[in-house]
Amino acid sequence: MDRNRIVVEAEGVRKRFMGATVLDDVNLRISLGDRVAMMGPNGAGKTTLVRCMLGFYHIDGGSIRVAGHDPVTERVEVLRHVGFIPQLPPPVKLTLGELLNFVERSSGTPAEAIAQKAREMELDIIKHRQKPFFKLSGGMKQKLLIAIALARKSRLLVFDEPTASLDPRAREHFYELLQGIDYEHAAIYITHRAEELAGLVNREITMDLGKVVLDERV
Amino acid sequence: MKNLLLISYLDIRESLRSKWFYVYAFVFGGLMGLFFISGITDSVVMGFTGLSRLLLVFMQVTIIILPIFILVTTVKSISGDRESNILEYMLSFPISLKEYYWGKFTGRFVTVFFPVFVALLIGVIWGLFKGGGSIPWGMVILYSLLILSLCLSFLGIAFFISTLVKSHDVGLGLSFAVWILLLAFIDVALIGLMMQNRVSDGAIIAIAMLNPLEAFRIGAIALFDPELTVIGPVAYYLLDTLGHGFLMLYAVLYPILIGGLFAFFGYALFRKKDLL
Repeated sequence: MDRNRIVVEAEGVRKRFMGATVLDDVNLRISLGDRVAMMGPNGAGKTTLVRCMLGFYHIDGGSIRVAGHDPVTERVEVLRHVGFIPQLPPPVKLTLGELLNFVERSSGTPAEAIAQKAREMELDIIKHRQKPFFKLSGGMKQKLLIAIALARKSRLLVFDEPTASLDPRAREHFYELLQGIDYEHAAIYITHRAEELAGLVNREITMDLGKVVLDERV
Repeated sequence: MKNLLLISYLDIRESLRSKWFYVYAFVFGGLMGLFFISGITDSVVMGFTGLSRLLLVFMQVTIIILPIFILVTTVKSISGDRESNILEYMLSFPISLKEYYWGKFTGRFVTVFFPVFVALLIGVIWGLFKGGGSIPWGMVILYSLLILSLCLSFLGIAFFISTLVKSHDVGLGLSFAVWILLLAFIDVALIGLMMQNRVSDGAIIAIAMLNPLEAFRIGAIALFDPELTVIGPVAYYLLDTLGHGFLMLYAVLYPILIGGLFAFFGYALFRKKDLL
């Protein structure tokens, strides 16, 4: 395998919370072009693993490299290459204009590129520019977060149940947008709806009790 | 540095839209209004008149209100963002923890310091207008420095609590405990010890002076009462041991040091612990 294509490399990752093992010797490699559906029951460790990749958690054993960097000690380098969509939109009090300013200045993603992605999902950012983010409807918030993540042109896109608060029509638009992603990148979709991702993913990883129990190409 | 200023700017913008900020500004502005209406600038109490009297009352009120306001509104800064998943999203962008933490700190400092500082300036201008005479610039500058020092002190403690706890509710509880401890409990305990004569008076006074609120209080009083007559015999001990100049320096610098230390410990925790 060409090491330059590896985006995520986890070896023997262990994580414990208050004595309970949440990740137990997880080994995983995700390369450019991988579109992974990450599945498993609640509490399987999917979100914890992703949070370790994003540098939110300090792991108790093993190692994780994202884009060749350590997510904790080199978080800025790692996050330059990662676009993330959380499960639920956070109640950010910034206006849309301020949020776009934050994204543009921190990650170098032009606000116009985000606005373009949002328009493709039938969301007019300009009209709502002065509105605080948390006052948008659930669907609008999620659309904007998706537009931001897609506009960032990251090497790794992480979607944590991204369609949880979208209506069926918006969900359809979202999947249409995903079809347009440059798949020289890698993507991880944490999901319980594997059937909706059919045709979008080329790999399925199933986790249970903190372990990867199934990892197959589809 | 660029991202630190960005985080700081966004925190200020966010605070300016928050209800707590308006309550905070209203309380200090309202207090000044109340002092004007009640004629504090015209009254003579214990020999203090006009501006000095106004500033004295303002500082006494500040001692009680400012710390609890800072603690309650700031403690949710990190812990509240963590609880509501805002931290997870904002920190998924390429921003270092140093820039995020200290950006939040400086942004919050601006929003807690300026309303009090502006209220103080309004008081000075009003006092000047009512009482005539010239502005006691030395006193105004030193009062401003004391307020700045108190703000930094409690801001540091609040940020430390905010990174220490996972839940906003626990943070609030801890804030109240710290406030009441520094405001009254330490003094009550020390008075008890003094009455029992178990510990030397010097040690008791030293412990009392380790409380940043006490340092602020003594500094504020020393500005218009250099002999510290209002605090009784302890004044002799303090002035004989430290001298007026060092006492003022201590009153300004010590709370800043305490705030800086707690803020730094908070940052160390923020880096070493899981962020979520």
